[in-house]
Amino acid sequence: MKIQLTINSKNKTFDIQPDEKLLETLRNNNYKSVKFGCGEGTCGTCTVLINGKPRLSCITFTAQMTGKEITTLEGIGTIENLHKLQKSFLAEGAVQCGYCTPGMILSAKALLDKNKSPTEEEIKKALDGNKCRCTGYGSIIKAIQKLQDH
Amino acid sequence: MKIVSKSKIKVDGPGLVTGKQKFVDDFDMPGMLVGKILASPHAHAIIKKIDISKAEKLPGVHAVLYHKNVPRVAHTTAGQGFPEPSPYDTFMFDKKVRYVGDRVAAVAAESEEIAKKALSLIEVEYKILPAILSAKDSLKKNAPVIHDEPEAIMPIPVPYDPKRNIAASTDVQVGDIDKGFAKAALIVEREFKAHYATHCPMEPHITLTYPDENGRLVIITSTQVPFHVRRIVAQTLKLPIKKIRVIKPRIGGGFGGKQEILLEDVCSALTLKSSRPVKIRYTREEEFAKSRTRHEQYVNLKIGATKNGKLTSIYMDVLSNTGAYGSHALTVACNCGSKTLPLYPCDNVRFRATTVYTNLPVGGAYRGYGATQAAFALECLMDEIAYKLKIDPVELRRKNHIKSGGSSPIFEKLGEGKAGVKQTIGSCGLAECITKGARAIGWKKKQLEGRCPQCPNSKINTLKRGFGMCTLMQGSSIPEIDMAAATIKMNEDGSFNLLVGATDLGTGSDTILAQIAAEVLGCDESDMIVLSSDTDITPFDVGAYASSTTYLSGAAVKKTAEKIRDQIIKVAAEVCGGNPKKAIVENKTVKFPDGKNVSFYDIAIHTLYLKDQFQIAATESNISHKSPPPFAAHYVEVEVDTETGEVKLLKYVAAVDCGTEINPKLARGQTEGAVVNGIGYALMEEYIFNEKGKLLTDNFFTYKIPSTRDLPEMKIIHVKSYEDSGPFGAKSVSEISINGALPAISNAIFNATGARLTEGPFTAERVLKAIRRLE
Ligand code: FES
Ligand code: FES
Repeated sequence: MKIQLTINSKNKTFDIQPDEKLLETLRNNNYKSVKFGCGEGTCGTCTVLINGKPRLSCITFTAQMTGKEITTLEGIGTIENLHKLQKSFLAEGAVQCGYCTPGMILSAKALLDKNKSPTEEEIKKALDGNKCRCTGYGSIIKAIQKLQDH
Repeated sequence: MKIVSKSKIKVDGPGLVTGKQKFVDDFDMPGMLVGKILASPHAHAIIKKIDISKAEKLPGVHAVLYHKNVPRVAHTTAGQGFPEPSPYDTFMFDKKVRYVGDRVAAVAAESEEIAKKALSLIEVEYKILPAILSAKDSLKKNAPVIHDEPEAIMPIPVPYDPKRNIAASTDVQVGDIDKGFAKAALIVEREFKAHYATHCPMEPHITLTYPDENGRLVIITSTQVPFHVRRIVAQTLKLPIKKIRVIKPRIGGGFGGKQEILLEDVCSALTLKSSRPVKIRYTREEEFAKSRTRHEQYVNLKIGATKNGKLTSIYMDVLSNTGAYGSHALTVACNCGSKTLPLYPCDNVRFRATTVYTNLPVGGAYRGYGATQAAFALECLMDEIAYKLKIDPVELRRKNHIKSGGSSPIFEKLGEGKAGVKQTIGSCGLAECITKGARAIGWKKKQLEGRCPQCPNSKINTLKRGFGMCTLMQGSSIPEIDMAAATIKMNEDGSFNLLVGATDLGTGSDTILAQIAAEVLGCDESDMIVLSSDTDITPFDVGAYASSTTYLSGAAVKKTAEKIRDQIIKVAAEVCGGNPKKAIVENKTVKFPDGKNVSFYDIAIHTLYLKDQFQIAATESNISHKSPPPFAAHYVEVEVDTETGEVKLLKYVAAVDCGTEINPKLARGQTEGAVVNGIGYALMEEYIFNEKGKLLTDNFFTYKIPSTRDLPEMKIIHVKSYEDSGPFGAKSVSEISINGALPAISNAIFNATGARLTEGPFTAERVLKAIRRLE
């Protein structure tokens, strides 16, 4: 079946299987920043933004995405022009293996988009679904706190 | 220092934060097939019959492998140096299965659906054998023999007795423990059980193999040990090493779990059979049941002490469960002793370890590597001694711990499959770790006396607050065994390629190695183009394990950079007539005392185009003669609800001496990550099996790892020291801090409630049971 949606502000049409998951669709179409960690909605590495809200693409059917706006990490910054979250993650050492990073940054972006000065508790809550086995989270939380508007 | 000891951003960082860096799963190839593995549903069984014909006939299936159509080569999956100190007891496929999840067959098909369908079409008839589902049953008289195949051997001369289910054993003694116990005013003795756990890298194991244009086999794989992968795949498939190329791209975490040849052999065999690229990616469920685990261990420990708290005798006896195969069976057990006992020098010490086979998931290398398990016992028993002698646990450590200039006979007695290496402690910042950590947590002597003080912040008197601490050591590389090498060459613009076999698996080693080279060469780390681990291109390195990369590979890089610096200075002196003996390199320029300078750019152009051309390049190797321990003191504060057993971890302080931090933020990240991993192990992570040996906790719902919600207030303190034998004074940092949570939290629970937790994880149920036992 064919489906039309917006990815990183570009209109796209994909030919998909009815039971295809968004994670597969995105990876098959070269949005490789979206990572497979569990495929069962438990780790957050596959997080993307759907209409600005963090969602797990591994348990989302692509068929339900008609007309939706999807943001992946590719859509928020480039090596030449990093998003402030990307800069902050680098500066704080919040990236070790980097496998959780795309999902983390997108969850953080969704938080900061609606709340410019989140408390530590709010940050922890927003990232609760994004697992990281490398950093212990402290540097990630700090990277987000550094961006708060005071 | 200009580059070293600075928190430079990771050289691969910009690519990682933009999602551009490639992990194995990000490589696709035309005609690529999906590989899937059929797992045994039984813990112990003989495959009586297996019929693959239906699977083979399924359209879209290109290869089906099982024990009858692959070479039968006994090998170990442990990615260790050669000859490996692990038994050759594994086959690509065997007619016997030894745990639930063991390999039965594998297919390569055009899609995941077809591959799954093909697996379901393989007909297998099993003869079920009695299974051993507990380490303590392995040694019983009539226990079934798990490895009765004649091929099972140990490639090095150490005890191996598979007929009795013994995968490894060791017994070393210093002094006379009986005499030591006779002198003791207090003897404490307990059995501790360190439970199963697994690494949970966010990227599950994954391998892509394909035939290249010249008919060679290329393996792109998520590994910590690319060179060992090449060697072991060659062994299992009976291919010459020269026919194989192993490429390590970005790796999504390893923690020891990827020091293992887990998918590479079967994926390669599928490619050889189908002549097509094949990718195998473990599901998360497979990652839990079929990758590797922390060896479950029973640690029996007996310590004698004088009434002043001086240790007179230590007897540690370890029963280690390696599961169905003996990966790292000997070395993890040996490290129980060698990475804990030297911490408290004592005249009389005996260390015994027996590693047994069971029909359970397979042990392997996991951050901490035996030290985690043994430190649990040692540090809890030290705490018990302190309480019983009414000495502050902190003071007891101070009295006994090893210091700079000190040594322990254990270093020499206990190695990895052979005698160890004598060593004297160089840098030791442990005393400072103890002091600074105590200050940060607010350790007071009164924690000793008033057990079960009512929680100060709560009106509910079932909430008890407690403090606990422990001290720790680890090592840096395996002395007289490990080897690393680096190559540097200069480019036309004065930049350099740094080629290392060292394996960055997310730790940031590419970055710190670039910093080390840049410091020597007077340039920026961004002038170093790092390539880590492609067996066709980079020089040899044993890989990322044994806390070795900074210390061992870092020193190889430093030596290589020094050679390059000499070459550069020599050319510069020729170009401008300066005195090479007095020259320095700075800002990508060679500077002579008389004011003459030659830029790296001019040197590069000169050597490549102008006169007596040659390539400025060097390769240097490094072996380690010692394994300097990093040290740490960890402190925790907990709140225990004595009515429910629930433990709340309030605060965690980790003070660590890792020598010079080459990159302070990355070093801190290693400590923080290891601490949180340790907290997960102590409080939440657990393997639960059913009565048939099937793992029930095989997803993140049931096997919980820490998320942001589970974090205590954390404080990481890095204490400065300088290790003369390490590059710019560095020693290791990656493993040590995973070892603290289990003993420190157990000690804090005791401080709060009077109950000693000797088995993790400290779930409400377990804690409540321990408290009830007191009543
Ligand atoms: S891959 Fe989607 S939550 Fe893990
Ligand atoms: S950085 Fe490796 S999982 Fe988060």
